[in-house]
Amino acid sequence: MGKHKTPMLDELEKGPWPSFVSDIKQQAEKGKQALKDAPDDLLGVMELSYKDKVTHWKHGGIVGVFGYGGGVIGRYCDQPEKFPGVAHFHTMRVNQPASKFYSTKFLRDLCNLWERYGSGLTNMHGSTGDIIFLGTTTDNLERVFYDMTHELNQDLGGSGSNLRTPSCCVGLARCEWACYDTEEACHELTMEYQDELHRPAFPYKFKFKFDGCPNGCVAAIARADMSVIGTWKDDIRIDQAAVKAYVGGEIKPNGGAHAGKDWGKFDIVEEVVRLCPTGCMSWDGSTLKINNRECTRCMHCLNVMPRALRPGTETGASILFGAKAPILEGAQLSTLTIPFIRMEPPFEELKELVNKVWDWWMEEGKNRERLGELIQRESFQKFLEIMELSPDPRMVSEPRSNPYIFWKEEEVEGGWTRDIKDFRAKHQR
Amino acid sequence: MTDEEAKKAILDTLGGKSGAKTKFYLKDFYKIVPDMKPRDVKNLVNKMVGEGLLEYWSSGSTTLIGLKGAGKQHREED
Ligand code: SF4
Ligand code: SF4
Repeated sequence: MGKHKTPMLDELEKGPWPSFVSDIKQQAEKGKQALKDAPDDLLGVMELSYKDKVTHWKHGGIVGVFGYGGGVIGRYCDQPEKFPGVAHFHTMRVNQPASKFYSTKFLRDLCNLWERYGSGLTNMHGSTGDIIFLGTTTDNLERVFYDMTHELNQDLGGSGSNLRTPSCCVGLARCEWACYDTEEACHELTMEYQDELHRPAFPYKFKFKFDGCPNGCVAAIARADMSVIGTWKDDIRIDQAAVKAYVGGEIKPNGGAHAGKDWGKFDIVEEVVRLCPTGCMSWDGSTLKINNRECTRCMHCLNVMPRALRPGTETGASILFGAKAPILEGAQLSTLTIPFIRMEPPFEELKELVNKVWDWWMEEGKNRERLGELIQRESFQKFLEIMELSPDPRMVSEPRSNPYIFWKEEEVEGGWTRDIKDFRAKHQR
Repeated sequence: MTDEEAKKAILDTLGGKSGAKTKFYLKDFYKIVPDMKPRDVKNLVNKMVGEGLLEYWSSGSTTLIGLKGAGKQHREED
């Protein structure tokens, strides 16, 4: 029995699912954490919030570690007498290793560090990707930071109006679809932009995410101001013998992911050809054909028949800008801006793009305006001018029915003349 | 404008603000020292935080900047 009665939270322990309530109780019972009462009082204040239907955390704070303007978020409880264990409950963001690879020793060391100075409670991982240490007091912040950087060789991540901790998919380390080395790119940009990661430089947050292919395991297209998504330029590689083996049932589709149930015989026409979003595939009973010019790299056919179809060999990435969750405006996905660039260290071309974008956004962005909102407000055309790029039909979702790009007179050979009086005579305002 | 002049302008402007406002966006600083580039303003602000003249306040999602020790939050957090 914990320190506080928590009937509502206890409900969340029922059923077959893992429960964060059970996890917090486990830490309370273990009792090794420096902030002895933190897990119990955290449950207490959460139960009170469920009852009152309002948060009991105050908004933000001034705490940090010396030299950094991010990575620590001040949290204070507005019922400190009732819940002294969480009166000060600051969060620290730890820059996760690329692709979230670490040894069990490293994980143990992180957990021991956090028990030594904090509540022992962590969040693996926050939605940006960081390892999150939940809850410590102001006087422990520098101690955690010192031991973490000196003993574990590990840095804090980004928060506030900083560059946020860049994140990447598992990439070449384990995935056959990776079209570039996502870990290398993520690490290289993290090191290049240390200053922006640790010191607030921007009107609001900025995120880089690196997906090795359009399957998008870190969802770069939905979550990053700059999304780097692996792609290829040449044709999908087809092994016709393996295609036949799929058709003949010798190889299970989707790597056997749906093999537990009887879905019937694999039907290449129904399950692949007719599901191709651009209708660019055909199957004549013995040969699979792809009109690669029309392929949008949706990955469906490759996912279904990984042993028969592989991405091409001329690989790189597409760069998209402006995804975000709702803040000033609603949620939006990134917009394709650079259809293809080579992705080779030290990624100079990529860095040039970043610098152009940042100069513009730092100058023109309003407070709390994400890059995507600035593009919306100033127009995509303006964005292309800043990036020194020419409009391209691939940037437009329906280039034939919605040309989207407006040309200026000087951009069109021969220009044009238009008499505004003449125009207004025919068209009212 | 030298760094020292810029610092003085920032401290004078922030110190001279009456009323409730004690926290400012980085962008507000651009206006105080209009001939400095955004990156240089950012670096100067960070330097002033290091020197104990200014401090960052963060909600977790955004960062605001104020004179060290100013405002209600500071009294509560000490
Ligand atoms: S995004 Fe693509 S390359 Fe990266 S792990 Fe996922 S499937 Fe593999
Ligand atoms: S990747 Fe998608 S668009 Fe391209 S051929 Fe396969 S199913 Fe069609």
